[in-house]
Amino acid sequence: MTSNQQLSSGNPSVDIEYRRKKNAEEMRYQVVSFSLMIFLTLVAFAAVAMKGFTAWFTVPFIMLLAVVQVIFQLYYFMHMSHKGHEAPSLFLFSGLFVGLVTVLAFSTIIWW
Amino acid sequence: MHTEEKMTYETWPAAPEKSTLEAKNKFLGFWLFLGGETVLFASLFATYLALKDKVPSTSHALAKDLFELPLTFVATMLLLTSSLTSVYAMYHMKNFAFKKMMVWLGLTVLLGAGFLGLEVYEFNHYVHKFHHTFTSSAFGSAFYTLVGFHGAHVAFGLMWILTIMIRNSKRGLNLYNAPKFYVASLYWHFIDVVWVFIFTVVYLMGMVG
Amino acid sequence: MSTYSQKKGFGATLWDFLTTVDHKKIAILYLIAGGFFFLVGGLEAIFIRIQLAVPNNDFVSAGLFNEIITMHGTTMIFLAAMPLVFAFMNAVMPLQIGARDVAFPFVNALGFWLFFFGGVFLNLSWFLGGAPDAGWTSYASLAIASKGHGVDFYLLGLQISGIGTLIGGINFLVTIINMRAPGMTYMRMPLFTWTTFVTSALILFAFPPLTVGLVLMMFDRLFGANFFEVSMGGNTVIWEHLFWIFGHPEVYILILPAFGIFSEIFPIFSRKRLFGYSSMVFATVLIGFLGFMVWAHHMFTTGLGPVANAIFAVATMAIGVPTGIKIFNWLLTMWGGSVKFTTPMHWALAFIPSFLAGGVTGVMLASAAADYQYHDTYFVVAHFHYVIVGGVVFAVFAGTHLYWPKMFGTMLNEVLGKITFWLFFIGFHLTFFIQHFLGLWGMPRRVFTYLPGQGLSASNMVSSVGAAFMGVAVIVMLLNIIITSVKNVKVGNDPWGDGRTLEWSIPSPPPFYNFKQLPLVRGLDAYWLEKMDGKKGMTPAEPLGDIHMPNSSFLPFMMSLGLFIAAFGAMYHVDKEPWALPLMIFGLLVTFGSMFMRSVKDDHGFHIHKEDLIDDDEKGVKA
Repeated sequence: MTSNQQLSSGNPSVDIEYRRKKNAEEMRYQVVSFSLMIFLTLVAFAAVAMKGFTAWFTVPFIMLLAVVQVIFQLYYFMHMSHKGHEAPSLFLFSGLFVGLVTVLAFSTIIWW
Repeated sequence: MHTEEKMTYETWPAAPEKSTLEAKNKFLGFWLFLGGETVLFASLFATYLALKDKVPSTSHALAKDLFELPLTFVATMLLLTSSLTSVYAMYHMKNFAFKKMMVWLGLTVLLGAGFLGLEVYEFNHYVHKFHHTFTSSAFGSAFYTLVGFHGAHVAFGLMWILTIMIRNSKRGLNLYNAPKFYVASLYWHFIDVVWVFIFTVVYLMGMVG
Repeated sequence: MSTYSQKKGFGATLWDFLTTVDHKKIAILYLIAGGFFFLVGGLEAIFIRIQLAVPNNDFVSAGLFNEIITMHGTTMIFLAAMPLVFAFMNAVMPLQIGARDVAFPFVNALGFWLFFFGGVFLNLSWFLGGAPDAGWTSYASLAIASKGHGVDFYLLGLQISGIGTLIGGINFLVTIINMRAPGMTYMRMPLFTWTTFVTSALILFAFPPLTVGLVLMMFDRLFGANFFEVSMGGNTVIWEHLFWIFGHPEVYILILPAFGIFSEIFPIFSRKRLFGYSSMVFATVLIGFLGFMVWAHHMFTTGLGPVANAIFAVATMAIGVPTGIKIFNWLLTMWGGSVKFTTPMHWALAFIPSFLAGGVTGVMLASAAADYQYHDTYFVVAHFHYVIVGGVVFAVFAGTHLYWPKMFGTMLNEVLGKITFWLFFIGFHLTFFIQHFLGLWGMPRRVFTYLPGQGLSASNMVSSVGAAFMGVAVIVMLLNIIITSVKNVKVGNDPWGDGRTLEWSIPSPPPFYNFKQLPLVRGLDAYWLEKMDGKKGMTPAEPLGDIHMPNSSFLPFMMSLGLFIAAFGAMYHVDKEPWALPLMIFGLLVTFGSMFMRSVKDDHGFHIHKEDLIDDDEKGVKA
């Protein structure tokens, strides 16, 4: 809570123009990943709209698309690809693991 | 360093969302909270999967009767786009462009509100056309609880973003409110992440059968 | 801004505690509230044992007995054991890592008040038409059929206190990750801090399933949903899974801090560093991980199928390995040390065989085929009391004696402490050892009475006599607390003389900013290292400077009070009471209004100036 526990708020000698450029460059990546996400969504909806496929193909396929799309969200939109996200990743993936075990249990060992 | 300090374009740090200890704590604490939320939604998904199409009699509508592609598609596009607008808002926050950030946040709120409106219409439609209600079957309870929980998150996110927008409209960006904007945008992305699984698991898989 | 308490009026002190965001005061609140609920739960235990002392007893009716056992279990787990370990985490962990405060002091206070109001809400059921009666596990098939509002009190009360626990856990995690003193690397953290860390992670992932389970059942009971209504397509096994996905990590949430407390006691009173520190850390993390893999061993007889039962049986037995590592490490810590038999050390020594017995029966229960015999008998009751009383409650007693001087600045009486110990230790084994055999002889759990001539009478009487011993032990301890507080003999930084970690390097009780200058940590057992180098205290890692502290706030109390009010509204809404819905809306307005206040009102805290700190020091010398 004290000033001496804080890291300095950023190096004043950092070139602002450089930072601005980096931000703009990152924003371009963001737009690219957004386009990819929209594309993946379209593919998923199309796969369901076209009645030709069996559920055995469609369900794993759209799940895969969802997972890829979420990775884009997490790593680009939520900046998990940046440094300083070690603890967030650890806890997010732990949560994901517990969640997956739960889903697995509920789709196997609930009576039906 | 005082967090209320008036910042300028020159003094604005590269990572305003974690430039003070308070901000770093908030940043990490919120990520941990999202880890917990992951388990919360996973439990709801698991319950939904266990109770999908579990209805008391054959007269009840099942998932494949209820869902329609166009409505879900429009809702998905609204929410996905709102994710991008909130990325733009954070981009301008990092460049200390307060006005632009507010504009993009405003767009995010509008898109989110549109999504919520569609959801209200959709629920209404199911209730009146299919008599598919919260109390009509276990399937109904599970469906409205999962999708409704997500909808409640959207509503809460809207109120939250609006509150910090109004609160800070007069005073611009500083190191006290920058982490607040950042964390709210993280929350908004997380809502989108959950929606990706909802449209896949509930709607698309529901239509596949 | 002096830290040494001037005489303050009762009102001022009360207001201070109602608005405090200081982790040390919140620790005291947790200790008082948890201690109170421990007494309530203990009283319920005594009633259970009176009822079962003789066959065909009619001390309480069958229905009331169900309420008592439900409330005994729920109170002891959620309202006594959890807050008591939270008390020690709050009191000690920030000091152990050399932090001036926790990461989210406001959230910390909010966590306490949510727990407190949830607990009060749950216990008010006794006066408002009857307590919950579906067992502490509240299985859906029983709970949704339960008449009256008992189970609703359970659902809403646990929901409120559960949120408090969850945010408390996040606070501890961020504190440990972000706020360690210079030099305090992860592998230099005291074991109690490590167990707090892993416990908090378990809380973060285990409480959401409970939240969901409680929400589903609340929707069923209060809003007409059909999650557990089989005729409408529902499925009661869902509750069992959700409850135990939470419930099994919950027992590790309780036992890991207990392990942490004992891992502090053994080195202090053996005057030797903890044997196998890194393997202790490893074992703690491994137990935390495995804790999520084993929940279905509570459901072996539900009919999950042989494959699932086999997987969960093996995973359960695997937990014995890291636990065994810990037991051996504790034993080897004492090996060759110069052991001092203080009160905390008594509890620690008694813990090893007692907990081990519980662990052994745990492995027996883990074998799925045999479990069909043990299931729902007193064997299970004996098992979980051996691990929870022999582990957690022993640790709470040990921690109370160990940390009392650090929290209150005065030592509990050692003679009375040892009397408490012997009475409780004997009473505990008298009560629960025989219950293993009662179970094997076929006595089912949760029955309100039994017939004479079945060979159960004498053993039940033995068990009840043991409970009386434990009751007397707790009374002796209360007397000890009163006598000690009245005498109030002040002690110095390191009252046990052999403190090893940072909390013993600062005054007892510590000033509200904890460390005037943040200490430089040079290794494991930082304070011990400095003492061995002949120094009196820690080397500061920073020059004397202004200290930033958070402001007190009444909002945590108001937020929690709002939910407490809203819960009544939600509950009586079912009875078509006209005032129920407005009451619920009013309560939610109080909560969200307080949250809104918090959001729009900036709170930057305040600074203690360097000059005042020096001033404080001089007063400290006088005091």
